[in-house]
Amino acid sequence: MSPAGGTRGGDRDVVVTGMGAITPAGRGVAATWEGVLAGRTAAARDERLAAAGAPVAISCRAPSFDADAELGRGTTRRLDRFTHLALLATREALAQAGLVGADDPDVVTATDPDRVGVVMGSGIGGGETWESEYARLAAEGPSRVSPLFVPRMLSNTAAGTMAIRTHARGPNLTVNTACAAGASAIHVGRDLIASGTADVVLAGGVEAGITVIAMSAFAQMGALSTNPDPSTASRPFDVDRDGFVMGEGAGVLVLESRAHAAARGAAPLFVVAGCGASADAHHATAPPEDGAGAVLAMRRAIEDAGLSPADIGHHNAHGTSTPLNDAAEARALHAVFGSDVDRLAVTSTKGVTGHLLGAAGAVEAILAAMALREGRVPPTANLATQDPDIHLDVVAGAPREVGLRAVISASMGFGGQNAALVLTAA
Amino acid sequence: MSDDLLETFRTILAGEFSVPADEVTADATFEALGLDSLDVVELTLVLEDRVGVKLGDEDLEGVRTVGDAVAKVRERQA
Repeated sequence: MSPAGGTRGGDRDVVVTGMGAITPAGRGVAATWEGVLAGRTAAARDERLAAAGAPVAISCRAPSFDADAELGRGTTRRLDRFTHLALLATREALAQAGLVGADDPDVVTATDPDRVGVVMGSGIGGGETWESEYARLAAEGPSRVSPLFVPRMLSNTAAGTMAIRTHARGPNLTVNTACAAGASAIHVGRDLIASGTADVVLAGGVEAGITVIAMSAFAQMGALSTNPDPSTASRPFDVDRDGFVMGEGAGVLVLESRAHAAARGAAPLFVVAGCGASADAHHATAPPEDGAGAVLAMRRAIEDAGLSPADIGHHNAHGTSTPLNDAAEARALHAVFGSDVDRLAVTSTKGVTGHLLGAAGAVEAILAAMALREGRVPPTANLATQDPDIHLDVVAGAPREVGLRAVISASMGFGGQNAALVLTAA
Repeated sequence: MSDDLLETFRTILAGEFSVPADEVTADATFEALGLDSLDVVELTLVLEDRVGVKLGDEDLEGVRTVGDAVAKVRERQA
């Protein structure tokens, strides 16, 4: 298909030339994709949470790494874990995009770094730093609080540090739409390129918020699964789903116009064809039953792409595994797709990864793009008995081979903030 | 100058700040070891845990090298 719709100019033809990820399913995009295709949940008993007395001690942690060894000495102490994850994903994305030279895997050399922007989404920022320094304040007093607290904790530190490492001196933004932040960042990044403000944007999402206070609060809200068995705790669209499993990770994409990619000889992987955003204007945490806000976001993304619902063959769902979200999302899909919903292969990769909060939208955009590129939709892990009230074609058991020309990924954040992305073949 | 105190600095800088131990000499500046002003304040917190002396802002004025800091701690211990 022609990715350039009738109403769009050249600058709005924004492609992705690099992807990077570190997720509970694996280190790197390839390992994450394999883990998701295999449908093996990453949820496991979390000894750190258990030892700290958290009410739920199941989580999806990213694979372990030595931040000092990989990212330079002092990194562990100076930067919060969420920034470490963002830097690792960035490095992978820059390498695939061919934007860095042989001397330094982080420094952009293949284009003018003054024209490279960064847009990251994060819901929490440096959650571990908040928790540990607040404990120090409570136990030992203000004179014992670390001077590094602020730069470690600020949610814009991931994007800021990405600029320091890559030398990207274009616009540098952090967007927070909670669990939609990763998708919102891609939307904002696309618009920076479409408006001519930047030539290249590193866009994505990151979260590392598996803290006792966050687990306690989400448990108090009734949002977390209380299933004692980690292997079946995250089960989107299943009749027995009872909440989400907390995850952590990062996803980063290199966005640039097709013309800019062509000029430097970079191969486009896929097209960010449409972006949609909306607010529920309804409730702080609950979606409206009919998913009206999600409907608006998805319709806007499809329209923005110059497509109709019938063109889209796969939906990477927000699918958190909470009773409310999955039911509302199903209703929203019926509203958007009408009778075409029967031809939509739906999956929630959160059965494998858990909920990556502010990183989810970026990681799921990457996974939706992999499905598009390979013509394979991964299964929803742990979907044993689909909720009889959810009338969707949810892929279960094994990957499904299906020819795809366009895919959609939707993300819904607390606060009632929604984002949807439509991706098409390069 | 107390070799014991220098060794304490070496242990802290190597263990908590990822500085190669052999670079920690009395003449080495904190800047050369890769520590900025925030790191030096952080260092005073660790030092307080280990030797019970907290160097404040006034103490840190003019402190450039590890040896300067060792001398300040000695002064406060006196």
